[in-house]
Amino acid sequence: MKPIIRLENLTLGYERHPAIHHLSGQFARGSLTAVVGPNGAGKSTLLKGIKGLLRPLAGSIHLEGVTRGDLSFLPQQTELEQDFPISVWDAVLIGHWRRTHTGRAMGDTHRQQAKAALDAVGLGGFIHRIVSTLSGGQRQRMLFARILVEDAPVILLDEPFTAVDDRTVAVLLAMVQAWHSQGRTVIAVLHDLEQVRRHFPATLLLARHALAWGATASVLAPANWQQARAMSEAWDDHAPLCADVLPGNVPP
Amino acid sequence: MITPPCVPMSCRGTCHHDCSAGVAMTTYEFLVEPFVQFAFMRRALVACLALALGCGPVGVLLMLRRMSLMGDALSHAILPGVAVAFLLAGFSLPAMTLGGFLAGLTVAVLAGTLSRLTLLKEDASFASFQLISLAAGVSILSTRGGNVDLLHVLFGSVLAVDDRALLLAASIASLSLVVLAILYRPLIIDSFDPGYLRGLNGRSGLWQILFLALVAMDLVASFHSLGAMMAVGMMMLPAIAARFWARDVWHMMGMAVLIALLSGFVGLVASFHYHLPSGPAIILTAGLLHLLSLAFGPLGVVRTRFGRVRQHRRG
Repeated sequence: MKPIIRLENLTLGYERHPAIHHLSGQFARGSLTAVVGPNGAGKSTLLKGIKGLLRPLAGSIHLEGVTRGDLSFLPQQTELEQDFPISVWDAVLIGHWRRTHTGRAMGDTHRQQAKAALDAVGLGGFIHRIVSTLSGGQRQRMLFARILVEDAPVILLDEPFTAVDDRTVAVLLAMVQAWHSQGRTVIAVLHDLEQVRRHFPATLLLARHALAWGATASVLAPANWQQARAMSEAWDDHAPLCADVLPGNVPP
Repeated sequence: MITPPCVPMSCRGTCHHDCSAGVAMTTYEFLVEPFVQFAFMRRALVACLALALGCGPVGVLLMLRRMSLMGDALSHAILPGVAVAFLLAGFSLPAMTLGGFLAGLTVAVLAGTLSRLTLLKEDASFASFQLISLAAGVSILSTRGGNVDLLHVLFGSVLAVDDRALLLAASIASLSLVVLAILYRPLIIDSFDPGYLRGLNGRSGLWQILFLALVAMDLVASFHSLGAMMAVGMMMLPAIAARFWARDVWHMMGMAVLIALLSGFVGLVASFHYHLPSGPAIILTAGLLHLLSLAFGPLGVVRTRFGRVRQHRRG
């Protein structure tokens, strides 16, 4: 299948300390991929790199046939200024920024799309609520509504189901499946391996470099997971800036 | 009819009205007549209106973006620019305005750049530039100007605002509102989800710099009336007070403007009758309104901590 995002020898990190080393591979157009790995494996860092929030320390990220603006990104809730007094309605209308920018007024179509998105996530009655008064699950649904409004071909989800109850997970997971069936490319950072096995056809197993990348069943083999945990735990701050000694990556 | 007390006995006849007989004044005489009688009071009030419109909404955004202290730092940062302009061109309004604006903008850009390139957070950069700017500004001024100039620059003189200064303040307030309307959407997005705009086009830094330029511009306008030490008072105190009156940004901005305007009016009246320096009287009034809002505003301490919990309707 044709790639939509191609990574070439990508190294990403913070303040010159790499969190991901020499990652090469590609996400196919229309694919549904889970990114898994132990804490500190570089999963969120990878998503931020693809979204353009982090500049590569080395290597490159190629977007094929899409621009940065075509990537919807669901950040972790801790990255939002949750006390900012914005209403649910305004927070969802942010999704129209790509089309309206600073000057264009919100038209009826924009409003209808936002209303439909809020109804779809079950927050139709919460339009005037201030975001800080929502529960964690409601906030996550609101962010999903923003993604619906953005209507982008590529969707990046950073821990979309963390701290969310089962019912909300079911609603959100159904939306992810719907996006996949509409031909959108979805990449999600996840922790629940059972969920990944059941719902995500492709998986990238990260432990600061790609341990395995491909069909979920083979990637999540126990041997790979053991290796992932061992590698991440062996990491220390005094390791060389760029670990060239790490084994080569496995392209899908 | 209320009968406010006549001027304090301490004025000994130096005030603007006849108090020798100790005659009680009417509300009209106390609150309105100073403005009817004296052009300088009218101009000062209009200057306060301009500052309220320009500074109030910007102050709300500064507060909500957790940048309240950066306003203070920026107000000191304009000082060296004003001082250099004063040395080169004397008490020239355009020169001092331009000098102050450029100095403020330079510090804003430098602080932002340093925080991106080094380990320092932006507030630390601002704190260091604030001190350097204040010391540099006072030193530059002392080389030429006398103590009166220094006092003027540090504490302003809202009662000495002439027509040109008033026109400048009004123009800056108008421009500020237009620029704010343009920046409003990206600033709200960036305040709530700091990564959003950066992830789209990498230009989040641009909005921040434009916003800081707006802050610097409003501070320069405020500086002419209230001086470098008090300039930020009209920006931050009404904005922080407004937090206790409204839940959303629009209403907060409206309340900030009203509180700033009320501070200007009450401060001017108090300074007129009680011989207080006008700038500090205005800022003290804003401070008082802030404390009252903190205590008794709809979102203040009394209502939120001691108010009755709203009953849920059953059935």
